[in-house]
Amino acid sequence: MDRRRFLAGTAVLAFLPFDRAAATPDSMAEAIRKVVGDAVVREERVKLDMPPLIENGNTVPLTVSVESPMTDGDYVKAIHVFNEKNPQPNVLSARLSPRTGKAMVGTRIKLGDSQKIVAIAETSDGRFWSASADVIVTLAACLEEAT
Amino acid sequence: MANILVNVPKTAKRGDVIEIKALIMHPMETGFRPGPNGQIIPRNIIEHFTATWNDSEVFALEMSPAISANPFVSFFAVATESGTIRLRWTGDQGFAVEEQVAIAVE
Repeated sequence: MDRRRFLAGTAVLAFLPFDRAAATPDSMAEAIRKVVGDAVVREERVKLDMPPLIENGNTVPLTVSVESPMTDGDYVKAIHVFNEKNPQPNVLSARLSPRTGKAMVGTRIKLGDSQKIVAIAETSDGRFWSASADVIVTLAACLEEAT
Repeated sequence: MANILVNVPKTAKRGDVIEIKALIMHPMETGFRPGPNGQIIPRNIIEHFTATWNDSEVFALEMSPAISANPFVSFFAVATESGTIRLRWTGDQGFAVEEQVAIAVE
């Protein structure tokens, strides 16, 4: 094999997909569709708080809050968080009720790569609301081997 | 057993919305990582978390492997009456832990 053909071959190899399970923007869209069905998702009322630049992907603080009076007639039923590039698209699903009082949930998550995070809230009238955040991760979670 | 940290005010006024924070020691092993021998370490995560106030649910959370080790969760609840807030974590490999905190509502 001459040098030119060898180089062309390695160029093709570089574009081969990785052979491991990973969420993709498509699988995230599918995971979201499983939750919302055919409903319209409006980019309103939800606030997704995350640092835009993350040094350590193992513990990333995340807070989702939704504007809602949280009364018996009008409350947030559920909050879901999805990601694009972790091995699985689902991050969390929270169930809320008027007893929760305030539509806000905070936790810490792992991120395997720089990516887009989407938060979706379902209100008691069956409508869906969303917010998203693009984050940059310098040290990804799950790279080191367990000891 | 499992180490748990819970932060709940001891007292609250009726109708107040209080914040509850809970942290539990748990590896949250994703099931995607190879161990020292090259074999994948089996998944071991907490899947469900529920919080009840005098046995009626105020908040529940489904977790995935994307939740950090030693899962932390903060949420809110309406102070309705004095009693017990019960927090329960369940997950893989038969993990089931419960913690309760008393709260006085005046």
